[in-house]
Amino acid sequence: MSLRAFHILFIVSAVTLAAGFGLWALRHDAAWGLSIGLVSLTLAVALAVYLAWFIRKIKGVSS
Amino acid sequence: MSESASSIRYINRPHPVTGVTNAKLGIWCFLASEVMLFGALFSTYLLLRTGSASWPHGPATLNVPLATLNTLVLIFSSVTMVMSWASLATGNFRKYRLYLGLTALMGCVFLVVKGFEYGHKFEHHHFPAASTFYAIYFTLTGLHGLHVIGGIAVNLYFLFRGRVLWQRDPERLTNRIECAGLYWHFVDLVWIFLFPILYLL
Repeated sequence: MSLRAFHILFIVSAVTLAAGFGLWALRHDAAWGLSIGLVSLTLAVALAVYLAWFIRKIKGVSS
Repeated sequence: MSESASSIRYINRPHPVTGVTNAKLGIWCFLASEVMLFGALFSTYLLLRTGSASWPHGPATLNVPLATLNTLVLIFSSVTMVMSWASLATGNFRKYRLYLGLTALMGCVFLVVKGFEYGHKFEHHHFPAASTFYAIYFTLTGLHGLHVIGGIAVNLYFLFRGRVLWQRDPERLTNRIECAGLYWHFVDLVWIFLFPILYLL
């Protein structure tokens, strides 16, 4: 597996973690629940956008 | 330097049998052994936890905001790592150095934050010998931290020796950075599993 494929796998894992953690944090009744939940969900969206950009951008780079 | 003059064969072009360079085959064999190491420790954790009558709740025991910050730092470092490799592959050495430096810096930030977390635990006398939970927590996070230190050392080597290696054989340096990137991504992926298992469950 190349670095680009491993990076895509990693970012997909990170999106899953960020979305899952965000939903978990929003339901958690700690002081940091709301803020960290929103940050995490925003991160999940940002990483998904980054992933689409990365796949488009890296097409021209030969490994 | 041409590959025929080199003592190690199939550095820059794939081996006809494996379909990958020898370096990439080597790093994947190493990562397979790492999967077995961390897999054994994850299994140990699950067996200890399921076999225990009571187990501390992660968010009530550990510092979730600090661990979240560290997760962000590692995700960002994987982005800079792959950008470093992509910069070399497109022939931009200046950007390569910038991104690799950022990756090493993010690794150091991760360790500093982890140091604060450990310091806080030690202040409250939560040492590895305090309980089974802290024993497995310090073992898993400590071993992961050692891997981060190893990754930083490799990245710093390529950061400071990069120019010489680039002038000598650009294709070989690009392949070596890809291998370093595979290792760094593996270390980051381990954290992606460690974080929810230790801190959230």
